[in-house]
Amino acid sequence: MTRKPAFVLWFVLPSALTALGLMVAMLAVLQYSVRAFIPGSLEVGGFTLGNFQGLFKSLYAEAFLNTVSLSFKTALFGLLLSYPLAYALVRTRAGWLKSSILIIAITPLFLGEVVRTYSWIIVLGSSGFLNSVLLAVGLIDKPLQLMFTQTGVVLALVHVTMPIMVLMLATGLSHIDPAYEKAATSLGAGPIRAFLTVTLPLSLPGIVASLTTAFAWTFSAFATPQLIGGGKVSTVATLVYQLGFSSLNFPFAAALSVAGLVLTVLLLAALKRMARSLQRAGGY
Amino acid sequence: MTRSHRDKWLGHAGRLLVALILLFVLLPTIVVIISSFSSTSVLFFPPKGWSLRWFVRAAHYDDFRNGFYAGLVVTAWASSLAVVIGTTLAIAINRYDFRCKHALEGVLLSPLFIPHFTIGLGLLMLVAQLNLGRGYALVIFCHIVLVLPFVLRSLYVSLHNLEQRVELAAASLGASPLRVVWTITVPLMIPGLFGGWLFAAILSFNEFTASLFVTTQATQTLPVAMYNYVREFADPTLAALSVVYIAATATLLTLANRFLGLGRVLNVEGAR
Repeated sequence: MTRKPAFVLWFVLPSALTALGLMVAMLAVLQYSVRAFIPGSLEVGGFTLGNFQGLFKSLYAEAFLNTVSLSFKTALFGLLLSYPLAYALVRTRAGWLKSSILIIAITPLFLGEVVRTYSWIIVLGSSGFLNSVLLAVGLIDKPLQLMFTQTGVVLALVHVTMPIMVLMLATGLSHIDPAYEKAATSLGAGPIRAFLTVTLPLSLPGIVASLTTAFAWTFSAFATPQLIGGGKVSTVATLVYQLGFSSLNFPFAAALSVAGLVLTVLLLAALKRMARSLQRAGGY
Repeated sequence: MTRSHRDKWLGHAGRLLVALILLFVLLPTIVVIISSFSSTSVLFFPPKGWSLRWFVRAAHYDDFRNGFYAGLVVTAWASSLAVVIGTTLAIAINRYDFRCKHALEGVLLSPLFIPHFTIGLGLLMLVAQLNLGRGYALVIFCHIVLVLPFVLRSLYVSLHNLEQRVELAAASLGASPLRVVWTITVPLMIPGLFGGWLFAAILSFNEFTASLFVTTQATQTLPVAMYNYVREFADPTLAALSVVYIAATATLLTLANRFLGLGRVLNVEGAR
């Protein structure tokens, strides 16, 4: 680090303004959340805590539970599917294979939620791909109900979050020297044991980072629960949108968002804490 | 079973597992491609006949055309500004110390965990309170905020990999700090800048949840138009549009991989 020249101020200014805009927007949410709703008007009334009391209704409690359970399931299944892919991506030596895995694994990241969700509608629909295949093979004799169910939503959400998980896990894995694993093998450990006792613990930071991101992404997902859940699976995101744009009850939508944000932060902090104690238990 | 036997078996099982997972990742893409050529307006699988009519309809549907142009405007501004903001900040953070550095970085990285709908809602409320219109500026600002964390990530990597001795050499030869940045640091960062810009552009062009909150009929981007379509119609027009999307994205990424080395930009290259 050197002494700071005058231009540094000009370099920081644009980002400081951007950060300011973001903070003011978040403050606006906070401010709306404690204002009274005037039905039929976009103006808000005086200060009140009534919006937060309203959150304790069973409809909203259920949406919160739903969102948390969807996020946990998605993060967990996403990890189970992403880890092998990230491992293969980092350890594959053949260039073309590495590039293919990389392109296949991360292209969905750039397709956006709408395209991917739509594709899953075609896969999961009652005359969609999955049911047609299962019917043709004879495994089922009437179409499975996958659309408008939690299972369908989790399946699509896992697919939506996988690319970012693969990326984060691969970043973590790429910084582990393969020599450690080789050392373990040459000392007599089998490949499974070498992986479980050397590579897996060393990749724990990447695992935590990817779980955290998957959790946050699922929490904020809107198109997938809305279109695949079709109103049967309500989450914080879908309710915020309904409250804002169907009922025009922006104060309540704001209160719901604030509660959602607090919950996200608490759960992510808990996750981080758990990971830290896990690492300490492992002696790192 | 001997040990080498077991290892070989394990290797095959691992490869099979990876192949199956890749198939899972590819499955919706394959299905959507097949469906887009279907001739019937109700989605059946497998399609009962083949046609290109949905591609024609997608290309002529007004909302998609307008959404495409609005999306281009937003993406061009948002990704370019995000790269300028990100580059100046990354250089300042990486090379200098200043007050509130970590707070500033923390705020700008926070959209990684703040739900997009919350950011969209907040900006919507902000312009409502300030009595500003919901124009392009709002959508562009929203996208800058959302893509900036990814731009920063890509720029940090490229700053980290940069040979800092070149900068020191220039400085010791008498170049002012600003001149060093302008003639050495920025030119050496160009691959990273381009990578960051490309990611920002792709992410912005595809951003949906926050856009749904901050756009109007006049500024609605393509994903918002697509979402509105899927709620109204069930025909394969969207499948056709998705195929165009997938083809364009995969081509861009393959090119980026060829010329930039995607593994390096994304920081997933294995330890050598």
